[in-house]
Amino acid sequence: MARIIVVTSGKGGVGKTTTSAAIAMGLAKKGHKTAVIDFDVGLRNLDLIMGCERRVVYDFVNVINGEATLNQALIRDKNCNLLYILPASQTRDKDALSQEGVGRVLDELKKDFKYIVCDSPAGIEKGAHLAMYFADDAFVVTNPEVSSVRDSDRMLGILSSKSRRAEQNEEPINEFLLLTRYSPERVKLGEMLSVEDVQDILSLHLLGVIPESKSVLNASNSGTPVILDEKSDAGQAYADIVARYLGEERPHRFIDDKKGFFRNLFGGK
Amino acid sequence: MSLLDYFKISKVGTASLAKERLQILVAHERTSLNQPTYLPQLQKELLEVIRKYVNVSQDAISVSFEQDEHQETLELNIVLPELQTKNT
Repeated sequence: MARIIVVTSGKGGVGKTTTSAAIAMGLAKKGHKTAVIDFDVGLRNLDLIMGCERRVVYDFVNVINGEATLNQALIRDKNCNLLYILPASQTRDKDALSQEGVGRVLDELKKDFKYIVCDSPAGIEKGAHLAMYFADDAFVVTNPEVSSVRDSDRMLGILSSKSRRAEQNEEPINEFLLLTRYSPERVKLGEMLSVEDVQDILSLHLLGVIPESKSVLNASNSGTPVILDEKSDAGQAYADIVARYLGEERPHRFIDDKKGFFRNLFGGK
Repeated sequence: MSLLDYFKISKVGTASLAKERLQILVAHERTSLNQPTYLPQLQKELLEVIRKYVNVSQDAISVSFEQDEHQETLELNIVLPELQTKNT
């Protein structure tokens, strides 16, 4: 049975697209046929992060409107043949996505794919609403920062009241916390909210912590999901998250400041 | 991070302040979000009905909505003016 995952946050710039690209690649690398959909109509970026921006011919709205078939619009990833990208359109029409149309495309994808990752736009407008509406699981991407935590809480309220599962009185969406841009050094100094602080406030199951990392910008510069940078801390953190989501036991990493006393003493980096 | 920074660790960071502010805000926003959207309209209409019989002021009536695991409670509180308790 296919599962629909929404990657959401409310606030912009916290790492939704980076996360969508990484976990979609991670799931595909684990042998599951996966599709990742960009719901940010008018401001598509998933194609850039996935490195397929020059191969976009048809998009999500073309499929909804019957101007292209799903197979024509889906782009097969260059690194993994089990991963497909459905890009958003760059139309200015905000109402190009309809609930009925999105539902139809998702139903068609469910026949062929194991996981469907929906990359939500920021905000709580139509695109964000439709990205989460049909979800089975929600990855709530949060930065350890007040406005992001507040917006995540707001998004949790929406997931539990405005989704298809909520409206049809089905089992609620499984919600998971992904804490991104985490800096253990700053947490230790009392300058940044800790994992425990954020969990106290949001009461969410922690799927993983992504440390603040240079590798994320390197990955987006080159159009390769950061999870493929297996040596990087962020890449490993995303690999852990995918494994945990699939039911593997993995101890949490990247939460504690591992730099030793002497290394800090001499100003080591 | 250098030797000098170690003497500054004892200072209180701003993270605890962030947590405190968030806890208050989030608790407040959760209760107001869970309230049914008809509440302000209900309050307005109730006030109109009550005013047919008793001359009460705008703030003499309060409607609050509470929710726990088992039930939803709608609490209606009307303060009648002291002199108008006799039948007119």
